[in-house]
Amino acid sequence: MSPTQGLQFEAASVIYPGQSQPALHNVTLRVADDDVVVALGPSGCGKTTLLNLAAGFLQPSQGVVRFNGERISAPSAARGVVFQDNALLPWLNVLDNVAFGLKLQRVPKAEREQRARAVLAQVDLQDFASQHVWQLSGGMRQRVGLARALAADPQLLLMDEPFAALDAFTREQMQELLLQLWRRNGKRILLITHDIEEAVFLATHLVLMSPRPGRIVERLPLDFGRRYAAGESARSIKSDPSFIATREHVLARIFAHRGQEQ
Amino acid sequence: MEQTLLTTELDVTEAASVECASCAAGVRPLPEQRVFKPWVSSATTVGVLLLIWWAVTTAGLIQPVFLPSPQAVVGKAWTVSTTGFMDATLWQHLGASLGRMLVALLAAVVLAVPVGVAMGLSRRAHAILDPLIEFYRPIPPLAYLPLIVIWFGIGELSKVLLIYLAIFAPIAIATAAGVRHVDPARLRAAQALGATRWQSVLYVVLPNALPDILTGIRIGLGSGWSTLVAAELIAATRGLGFMVQSAAQFLVTDVVVLGIAVIAIIAFALELGLRWLQRRLTPWKSMAS
Ligand SMILES: Nc1ncnc2c1ncn2[C@@H]1O[C@H](COP(=O)(O)OP(=O)(O)O)[C@@H](O)[C@H]1O
Ligand SMILES: [Mg+2]
Repeated sequence: MSPTQGLQFEAASVIYPGQSQPALHNVTLRVADDDVVVALGPSGCGKTTLLNLAAGFLQPSQGVVRFNGERISAPSAARGVVFQDNALLPWLNVLDNVAFGLKLQRVPKAEREQRARAVLAQVDLQDFASQHVWQLSGGMRQRVGLARALAADPQLLLMDEPFAALDAFTREQMQELLLQLWRRNGKRILLITHDIEEAVFLATHLVLMSPRPGRIVERLPLDFGRRYAAGESARSIKSDPSFIATREHVLARIFAHRGQEQ
Repeated sequence: MEQTLLTTELDVTEAASVECASCAAGVRPLPEQRVFKPWVSSATTVGVLLLIWWAVTTAGLIQPVFLPSPQAVVGKAWTVSTTGFMDATLWQHLGASLGRMLVALLAAVVLAVPVGVAMGLSRRAHAILDPLIEFYRPIPPLAYLPLIVIWFGIGELSKVLLIYLAIFAPIAIATAAGVRHVDPARLRAAQALGATRWQSVLYVVLPNALPDILTGIRIGLGSGWSTLVAAELIAATRGLGFMVQSAAQFLVTDVVVLGIAVIAIIAFALELGLRWLQRRLTPWKSMAS
């Protein structure tokens, strides 16, 4: 794959008006190939700001953010976003929510419904196509949000704490579902979280962030997500001593950076 | 109209607070609280008032010219429905009033929704239009009624225009608020799926504002209906407002009371109908999240 493919932050900084500290300082980061890049850090370290740059909701104050070599200047269907609170449209049923991106691209009704149904089946919601989204549980809504992003067939999936509002069981199910979809569709993913276990389990590249100013402080290549995608069970991975050691290491690094701050 | 609105709302909050008080304390609701139904209390209030009305008039404590008995009003309702009053039956008066309302409502919705959307989307449109609306909105319709007659004459146009003005402002203001308060996450979701600006307005901003637009219509219908009597002061020959006024001139008090009752019942029915429409069209507002 050519070096210009994928998402590329080049020394990007963001200073919000009226703030003394940059929300994001000098971030260089690449999301390419079939990477799952997970940005992990405490609240206020600029994770959402990072994701908003990639989505095109926000422009950097300094530096540049590129996608496939081109400067990102606005949101685009090539970069799908999954929101923490799913941001579904309550006046549409499940199927129409999933087909919404295709409707915006003026795909004919029959074709977009067929494609939306196929994606709904991937997230195991084929029986809920005609339900109202406000009748669904939180986990199901988040799966609709994921299906909506996938149905538009983006090259990159951006996810801002997508499972943070879910209960622990549902969250684990969603993490596994995400890896299954990743194996099947091979999308590159940039996922934001403050959950250490989630980060270690999902990431092929883990990026630790620290606040004031928001910046990347460490990078770790990991392979637990690939092991799950290759067929190993989640329980066996999460009870593996190397998984536990990595989790503890990450926890220690976060505390170390927090200690330096004070 | 305002009165009915207020009492219904109070009953609802009262019922809700009773329920919440018991659940917060962690106690099982007492039997009489569990069967508490607001409409029973409301019906009782109305029943008691009717009873007092019947008692004082039938006992002859009040002369019929000041307050006719309920049975006299019901009897009058029959004669006015069949033989009519002032050359028109009750139904023709009612039809004339409802017709004016309907035309005014349609005109107001067709114009106020786009104006509200423009005000909600553009700060400039808001800055231009807001002073105009806020200037005329608090003025009682009777105050600018003479001006409308001078400008537009004494025909149907002036009557409809007066009602239209009363409906327009609430719809425009509510639409603008609904458009402004669109959930930014929903807008971003649409943008990240490739929505153009107009697609965002059409598929996100407008449906998102629909609950507010319907609330604006509900409030607008209320104020339009209460402007009816003023509108029918303008050389009308038919209409509920006209019927009440001409009955008052000849001291036909039972027709006055009848007219007031019909106006109140229609107001109540409009209110209920709009609430039903809101539940039908925007179920996500009344349900969870
Ligand atoms: N729109 C904004 N205006 C001003 N400051 C902001 C804005 N958004 C975020 N910030 C500030 O930037 C910092 C990083 O925010 P954010 O990217 O939301 O962090 P995170 O998602 O990691 O919690 C925080 O200190 C936050 O208060
Ligand atoms: Mg955040």
